[in-house]
Amino acid sequence: MKVFETRGLKKSFQEFSALKGVDIHVNEGELFGLIGPNGSGKTTFFNCVTGTLKCSGGNVFFRGKDITNKGPDAIYKMGIGRTFQLIEMFPRMTVLDNMLLAIQESQGSMFGRLLTMNEDGNVKRALDLLGFLKISHLRDEYSKNLSYGQQKLLDFGMVLMTNPKLILLDEPTCGVEAEMRQELMNYIRDLNKQGHTIIVIEHNMDVVMNLCTRIAVLDAGEKIAEGTPEEIQNNAQVIEAYFGTEEDEEC
Amino acid sequence: MIEQLLIKGLSLGAIYAMIAIGFCLLWQSSRLVNFAEGEFVTIPAFLMVFFYSVLKLPFAPAIIAAIIVSAFLLGFVMKKTLVDALIARGNTPFVVTTIALGFLVRDSLTVFATPEALHFPSMIPQTPLQFGGAMFSSLDLWNIFVAAVVIVCLHLFIRKTKQGKALQAVAQNREAAGIMGIDVQKMILMAFVINAVLVAFSASLAAPIYMVKYDMGNELGLKAFYAAIIGGFNQVKGALLGGLLVGLIEIFTAAYISTQYKSGFVLIVLIAVILFKPEGILGTKEQL
Amino acid sequence: MDKINQGMRWQKMVAGSLCGLVLLILPSVIFKSQYFLYLSSLACIYMIVSCGLNITMGYAGQISLAQAGFLGIGAYTGALLGSTLGFWVTLPLGGLIAFVIGLGLGFPSLRVKTHFLAMVTIGFTVIVYLVLMNEQQWTGGPYGIFNIKKPSIGPFAFTSPAAYHIVVAVVTFILLFFAFWALNSPWGRAFKAIRENEGRAEMLGVSIRNYKLMAFAIGAGYAGVAGGLIGPLFGYIDPTMFALGFSFLFLLMVVVGGLGRFEGALLGAIIVAILPETLRFAEQYYPIIFALAAVLIMIFMPKGSVSFVDWVYKKLTGKEELQLTK
Repeated sequence: MKVFETRGLKKSFQEFSALKGVDIHVNEGELFGLIGPNGSGKTTFFNCVTGTLKCSGGNVFFRGKDITNKGPDAIYKMGIGRTFQLIEMFPRMTVLDNMLLAIQESQGSMFGRLLTMNEDGNVKRALDLLGFLKISHLRDEYSKNLSYGQQKLLDFGMVLMTNPKLILLDEPTCGVEAEMRQELMNYIRDLNKQGHTIIVIEHNMDVVMNLCTRIAVLDAGEKIAEGTPEEIQNNAQVIEAYFGTEEDEEC
Repeated sequence: MIEQLLIKGLSLGAIYAMIAIGFCLLWQSSRLVNFAEGEFVTIPAFLMVFFYSVLKLPFAPAIIAAIIVSAFLLGFVMKKTLVDALIARGNTPFVVTTIALGFLVRDSLTVFATPEALHFPSMIPQTPLQFGGAMFSSLDLWNIFVAAVVIVCLHLFIRKTKQGKALQAVAQNREAAGIMGIDVQKMILMAFVINAVLVAFSASLAAPIYMVKYDMGNELGLKAFYAAIIGGFNQVKGALLGGLLVGLIEIFTAAYISTQYKSGFVLIVLIAVILFKPEGILGTKEQL
Repeated sequence: MDKINQGMRWQKMVAGSLCGLVLLILPSVIFKSQYFLYLSSLACIYMIVSCGLNITMGYAGQISLAQAGFLGIGAYTGALLGSTLGFWVTLPLGGLIAFVIGLGLGFPSLRVKTHFLAMVTIGFTVIVYLVLMNEQQWTGGPYGIFNIKKPSIGPFAFTSPAAYHIVVAVVTFILLFFAFWALNSPWGRAFKAIRENEGRAEMLGVSIRNYKLMAFAIGAGYAGVAGGLIGPLFGYIDPTMFALGFSFLFLLMVVVGGLGRFEGALLGAIIVAILPETLRFAEQYYPIIFALAAVLIMIFMPKGSVSFVDWVYKKLTGKEELQLTK
């Protein structure tokens, strides 16, 4: 069953078109990989899908509903969570507050929240997740004081707070040391096994090929291939667009 | 009747326009909004009175001396102290600081100078003129004339000289201008100095009409701010149009609708512009 | 938090509230001088305004210069309807009217940038002033409204300055308590998140528009209630008490105290209310000293004078900073 689908998704910045009509669908429970060379439009794709950028054309569907150009807050509340390539969080808020913020707006009404004094349930969930990510000792630390890797984990933890139906991971292993990378991959696999549908943007080929069940390749705003990891590895067009160029490790 | 109001409105608008253009230049070069702009008019007005009535300088040298001193104080000193200290923290702290600065200037003038309104003569004798059926003062024409000369000079400076072109480049894109080797800080300084000269000129025109008083800038500063927003904050021609429009709206509202609410009507236009065309009538959209 | 922490928090909150209430009422007991009582009441009224404005500005990050206008709306509501409806109805009513007008003003204008919002709110204050000045048949025009009575409950009238201060103190307490509560609820977290990183907050489901609107309207409502307390304090009101200059003063109050710090805004209000007294020797130089101090604080103490309190607190206890809200 399709959980998520884009039809002819377009995005242009003045003259430059970053997405030229992308069709992608993701089935329930899939771990879907989105790859492509730098500047191929992967992050733009995420931004359009989550409402951060207005789409210039095409449609986005989530669980059968058209969510094209809905506000980012509305889309988040419908159950699409994401992480970021460049860390974005609230530097002068504690780790625990960052985690609690990720869930509070998805519960109850705005005025209900005003009267809430007891957030024990959320706190417990946050601490469980922080424990799972092995950063619970940092709960009262300002998030700006965390190391890069720890911030990456916190970002990951925040996306899990609401238990979203669809998780978008933007370069989750980028800038993370090899040991941690393995651990993160395990987390992602575990999440997928628990029934989360995941789309992951990745630069590191090993990670994608190991992790994903199905992969789409973007190049210059167009989808040039889609299939299983084996199919992608043997696709001539992909090899030319992607593997042909020098592979750089930064993201 | 209409011609008469038109001349009066334009004369008033000319004064607003010069201040509004100053606002604009500051915004373009530094992305700061000066909430003490009204007091920036009051200061040269007091300087003029000081040079003319206290030091007994002749009329023209008194005005020139006031313009030079205000260019130094409101341009150079302002840039080197408040602007340099606050620019890195963005617009809001600067707005708050200039609000406090406005208080400081008004209160200091009240205490150290005088709370009374002072007289300052106009540059030309005030004689009633008749033109067709319209009656107006020579002063009105003079205001329009002086403002036109000042604004044309400014325009030529910005368009024709190297410095002016650099200022334009900074206005369009600060980062790019910096990369191209333009000294952005120097351009901001220049904008503050030009602003100081503009407000000094408008002070010389406003002084005979409003009388020189510690709070004369309240009204002028606000009106110029309205004008800049209505016309377009990021366009000098917008500020010019805005200034003239505000002057005309005020005069016509006072004549046909209500004297008490003449500033209220301008505000309604202002709020409408902010809500429906926030970039102003001639302004361009900004990515910020 | 764990269960123990939870209990501690309640105890702390109750104890803190009681201390606050006692402190607010204290002037009624210790001051005999009418002037000191008047200053205490004024400080309370300023605290209400500055606490509300701090939510608008310090937490939700929007400059508002409409405070004097809202104060005027509250004050005239009380003065015009007080004799028929009574103080206890018009006080919350004034706050409510200001709150609703705040929603109306905020709804379209919150999408514009800092200095435009400043302009819209300046415009609002000027329009309120013009209406108060010119609609003589309703507002008494420039002469204002006289003989505003102090409130009473049944046979007991709060006519003496000491008794009226109790009323002011209790109202102040209730409003400060609510603000404190709100800032410690998920709302406080959302406000903080908006200030820190608006775009990211929106991507976590925070409705930026709703929160900003509420922050703006709360600031307006607080000023409205404060306005309702002014009439009975002075016995009269006139439009010059709600001129634009006061909006600027309220803004400086919050900033001088400490933007975005609950205790900072209160400190700023107290400074503004009491400084004229402590600087009495300075006489007419007082406003100059205040304005100069505000400029210097903006430049050298960007976090406001509350950072001085932090410094003392750190010296005494060794802890980072005194924080009442999380």
